[in-house]
Amino acid sequence: MPNAFGAVVRRSRLTMGCHTPRRFPYTTPPELRGAVGGLHQVVIVGAGPVGLAAAIDLAQHGIHCIVLDDNDVVSIGSRAICWSKRTLEIFDRLGVGERMLAKGVTWQVGRVYHRDQELYSFNLLPERGHKMPAFINLQQYYVEEYLVERAAELEGLIQLRWKNRFLGLEQRDMSVGVKVDTPDGPYRLETRWLLAADGARSAVRNALGLEFKGEEFEEKFLIADVRTATDYPSDRRFWFQPTFDPSESVLVHRQPDDVFRIDFQLGWDADVDVEREPGRVSERVHHVLGREARFEVQWCSIYTFRCARLGRFVHGRVLFAGDSAHVVSPFGARGGNGGIQDVDNLCWKLALVAQGRAPRALLESYNLERVHGSDENIRHSRRTTRFMTPKTVAERQLRDAVLALARDFPFARTLVNSRRLSRPCSLERFAGTVASGNGVAGPMAPGMPCTDAPVMFSGQRPGWLLETLGGDFTIVIFAVHSTDAARRQAELRAGGLRLPVRVIVPAAAAGTAENMESVLCDVQGLAGERYGGGPGVTYLIRPDQHVAARFAIFDPAALAAAHASTIAWNN
Amino acid sequence: MPYLTHLRTDDGFGGEEDEVYAALLAAHESLTDSQSAALNARLVLLLANHIGDLSVIREALSAARASVLRNLETQ
Repeated sequence: MPNAFGAVVRRSRLTMGCHTPRRFPYTTPPELRGAVGGLHQVVIVGAGPVGLAAAIDLAQHGIHCIVLDDNDVVSIGSRAICWSKRTLEIFDRLGVGERMLAKGVTWQVGRVYHRDQELYSFNLLPERGHKMPAFINLQQYYVEEYLVERAAELEGLIQLRWKNRFLGLEQRDMSVGVKVDTPDGPYRLETRWLLAADGARSAVRNALGLEFKGEEFEEKFLIADVRTATDYPSDRRFWFQPTFDPSESVLVHRQPDDVFRIDFQLGWDADVDVEREPGRVSERVHHVLGREARFEVQWCSIYTFRCARLGRFVHGRVLFAGDSAHVVSPFGARGGNGGIQDVDNLCWKLALVAQGRAPRALLESYNLERVHGSDENIRHSRRTTRFMTPKTVAERQLRDAVLALARDFPFARTLVNSRRLSRPCSLERFAGTVASGNGVAGPMAPGMPCTDAPVMFSGQRPGWLLETLGGDFTIVIFAVHSTDAARRQAELRAGGLRLPVRVIVPAAAAGTAENMESVLCDVQGLAGERYGGGPGVTYLIRPDQHVAARFAIFDPAALAAAHASTIAWNN
Repeated sequence: MPYLTHLRTDDGFGGEEDEVYAALLAAHESLTDSQSAALNARLVLLLANHIGDLSVIREALSAARASVLRNLETQ
């Protein structure tokens, strides 16, 4: 099963008293029970977070998919634990966000230490009025469980085939032939599209013989998941050169079920065989939790890492997402979050193309946009590594100077790179309709992921703006009166544009709100503030909750043109 | 010398050049070599932040680097 660390965990992997992993039943596939195999819409290889999220996203667009996984179990060990706000918003669109939020440990404060002194702390979400927090920590096995259960709700659209191992493929003009192995023997599938979500060691990538270029980093890390009852805080804590342990750095994250992720930077010369000994691991954990602490090491691993990506993420009818397309260091939670953002970007495009509602060229925008996102992650990864592992005397002097100054001067804190955290990727340079952004103030330029805001639905039901966006293209109109809503919708229909519309009215207009689904009341004025939403300001929002275009005045013809050009990818 | 368009290279001290130089020396007084190196690193960061302008900083760095490399050649 693919996972965020799969890319990088090598040399050793030992598991001691793990979370009991959830298993899923294998059943003989219909093709081996005499059924005649047809032409399938999408086959996904890999039932990790990326493959499962893709299946759900596609199914929500009405696309049938088959998910193949060579295993029958969720991830062993917590692996990806840190889910960002943007990822949670995507998961919310897929129907598992609230469950993740309820179970996960919410945190937004990080503390940075040098030796035994706290240098500073930071708050990742200082602003009110967002449904999702900056980050939650939640073990990957929970995320996979929730996704499997959500996929079951979409039965009829998603077939999860456990213990079905991808063996090979043949690309044809109109389809892909896939060879699969099972406990009952091999069989073949024919599909229009194949999505490779099979992780860092992707069998699909190998089958196509694609080059996976990158660079290796000379540093070793020990990660341990430790269960202990303690009132240790939820804040993320990071030490440069801690006094309590010989590591170069230590990072501690709290997960649900009283589990802590502790990450020790061992140095390149560390002896893996010594460091992996249970007694040695326990000793280090005692350094962090204290001499008297009682704990159980649930999972631990020594890893090195590399950054690499495919030259392209689209190869004919074979598409790559997540670790099969790109691997980064685990710094800053870029693996799992990057993979889910691939899914968000790809699935609406693949659905439109599969349904014949968009030209195949639209998939090229997935390639360009996510190669850009992946490069951004790799660049951050490289910079963090450079900061954490100074290679020369001069590099170390500058690094230590930054840490020393950070205690007293805010400017130096911006230079401290204690595994800078994943942020949503802006697609501004790809937006097809940037010119139409003229005349609207505020940060929500075309290409930006939409910012959330609290709203009131009809019937005085409180909710969130992002809950009303995504899935399909959506038009958001800022208006003075709720009575404008019906008129605007009629004008759009007359112009031939049949898309969902949200009309946002100020709090003062709430009293006049008709009982209309499409009218949202800007109860705290934050939607207007964040979107520069004066009367008439109109946004076209992509199915992945990114701004496609914005206009200072409501103009159905311009909206229709922007919609057409975004789908046709003719820029 | 690299071609400089952003970095000021004429006399910017306004008649206080000797005071500035003396202040630089005084800052290093009674420090060990490694403390002096640490001071220089901090000073660079403080001044770089004060300047803020990446194009100025880049030119200052390339001028300094070129000067070091040229000295090496002539040694």
